[in-house]
Amino acid sequence: MTIVETHALAIGHGRRRVGEGIDLAVGAGEVLCLLGPNGGGKTTLFKTLLGLLPPLAGEVRVLGEPVAGWSRAAFAQRVGYVPQAHAGIFPYTVEDIVLMGRAARVARFGAPSRHDREVAGACLDALGIGHLKRRVYTEISGGERQLALIARALAQEPVLLVMDEPTASLDFGNQIRVLEHIAELRGQGIAVLMSTHQPEHALRVADRIALLAPGGLAGIGAPAAVATPARLAALYGVGADAVAACLAPHLAAHPSTIPNPQESCPS
Amino acid sequence: MRTDGIGTADAARAGGKGRGGRRRGGVEWLLPALFAVAVVSMGFGHYPLSPAAVLDVLWSALVGAPSAQPPAVENVVLAVRLPRVLAAMLVGASLAAAGAAYQTLFRNPLASPAILGVSAGAGFGAALAMLLYGSALAVQGAAFAGGLCAVGAAMFVAGRLGNGSALVLVLAGLVVSALFQALTSALKYVADPTDTLPAIVFWLLGSLGRVGMSDLAWAAPFALLGLSVLFLLRWPTQVLEAGDDEARTLGIPVGALRIVLIVAATLMTAAAVSISGIVGWVGLLVPHLARLLVGPAYGTLLPASALLGAGYLLLVDGLCRSAFAAELPLGIVTAVLGAPVFVVILAKARRQWS
Repeated sequence: MTIVETHALAIGHGRRRVGEGIDLAVGAGEVLCLLGPNGGGKTTLFKTLLGLLPPLAGEVRVLGEPVAGWSRAAFAQRVGYVPQAHAGIFPYTVEDIVLMGRAARVARFGAPSRHDREVAGACLDALGIGHLKRRVYTEISGGERQLALIARALAQEPVLLVMDEPTASLDFGNQIRVLEHIAELRGQGIAVLMSTHQPEHALRVADRIALLAPGGLAGIGAPAAVATPARLAALYGVGADAVAACLAPHLAAHPSTIPNPQESCPS
Repeated sequence: MRTDGIGTADAARAGGKGRGGRRRGGVEWLLPALFAVAVVSMGFGHYPLSPAAVLDVLWSALVGAPSAQPPAVENVVLAVRLPRVLAAMLVGASLAAAGAAYQTLFRNPLASPAILGVSAGAGFGAALAMLLYGSALAVQGAAFAGGLCAVGAAMFVAGRLGNGSALVLVLAGLVVSALFQALTSALKYVADPTDTLPAIVFWLLGSLGRVGMSDLAWAAPFALLGLSVLFLLRWPTQVLEAGDDEARTLGIPVGALRIVLIVAATLMTAAAVSISGIVGWVGLLVPHLARLLVGPAYGTLLPASALLGAGYLLLVDGLCRSAFAAELPLGIVTAVLGAPVFVVILAKARRQWS
């Protein structure tokens, strides 16, 4: 079942177009990874998908319906957004942060109910951070914050999760932990659309990969077909050999392995 | 901002003491405490009374029975001190609740009811009315109108400047404040130095000395209306803490909510200022005090701020009329107390803001 789809979507700020003719779709239980250079429009595309920027042309559909006329609450009941981990200003508890995910389901003049607290608790447990419930959000680590923000988005009980570089600024262990949780979401039938700067992360969790270059999509399809050294090299403007060297072990997991990585990986 | 490593010891200590987000004590005990403070405060003044005598008079008035106290005591309690104590609570609760709302909706710990130019606008309105008419009702009405005008101007300027972000609105408020302060100075310059000028200056210093029941009767509905709106919307307001874009993705209509909150908070601030004059610091200080007591979650912070603000102004006003031979203007005392207390709170809270 298709959860989210865009048709001939043009994105940008005001009159400045960043990309156009963007057609993509994510189905239930599918993870679509978005790769692209800085300034390629990943953030702009996400903001347009989330209704934070108006589309310059084309439309976004969720569950087959155009989202243009939806209220914020109706949208938030179906689509959860996971921003990059950030520090809040006032020291809220992790539970308070996750409860914010219930905002679209709380009555207009009401406050979260016992049920809302149970859902929030279950989401924390699902991500293995139930013990952080009473901790102060501004005092936990960056990785823990990222997991808390994923829990907040899950508390919305969405059919689609939009994740903006969920592994950025995390240490190695936390990157793996977050990727594992994303892979688990697939089992729950949630559609996941995530951006990343690390092709190896995309190769690890993605069912399909989309390449977003300035101007529009440069390709979309199975990881083995899209994340080839040649296409990644073209996307990021670097040499194919260097890309191959960095990705060799990851590509090995996929059918179309590229032979002969010679150069050393710059990491 | 990363706190891993460095923050761990602090976090452990904070966790152990239940500081920060943990709720220590609810707001339940604040209400009886406020009542006690109000009764004790009614005993303060040149004619000191025991809490028992005050309670006796209040109870008798409530049930309509004759009290055992002499008529002079009844008169002092019911005609002089009761309106003043009610006014102190109304003004304190309004300013503090508006402060908590502004701090949350602008995501700025230094926001206060004065931030959008309410105080400056109200001061100008009051000064103008004193110069032209001099009647108490005109002064209150003009202060109220001036406060609303200033906020309207600030929001108009912010709208013209563009993106509707909180920062632009705050900057517009600063500009409008400066303008109204200059206009007030102009009024002072042309005011009669023997009677009008002192009246303006005294009003700008803030005082509850001349508040009567009729003043309360017209200001209270506005203040209570604003307070109710803030209270009913406390939960979506708390979600604004996540930032504008994130709050939108969480299902909050941010723009509309912000406008409603600003109007409500401004209405109550203007109502408060119109009966008390300019009383600074309460709206900035008390929400931070409340945050230390009940934690940062706005749902509990808002009622806690209102109750604490009411109690704080009761105590300060009691101090004003009993500590010295001549009564001190309220605004001076709140500022003299507020500045050092705020420094202490900043020192305690800074770590938590990160």
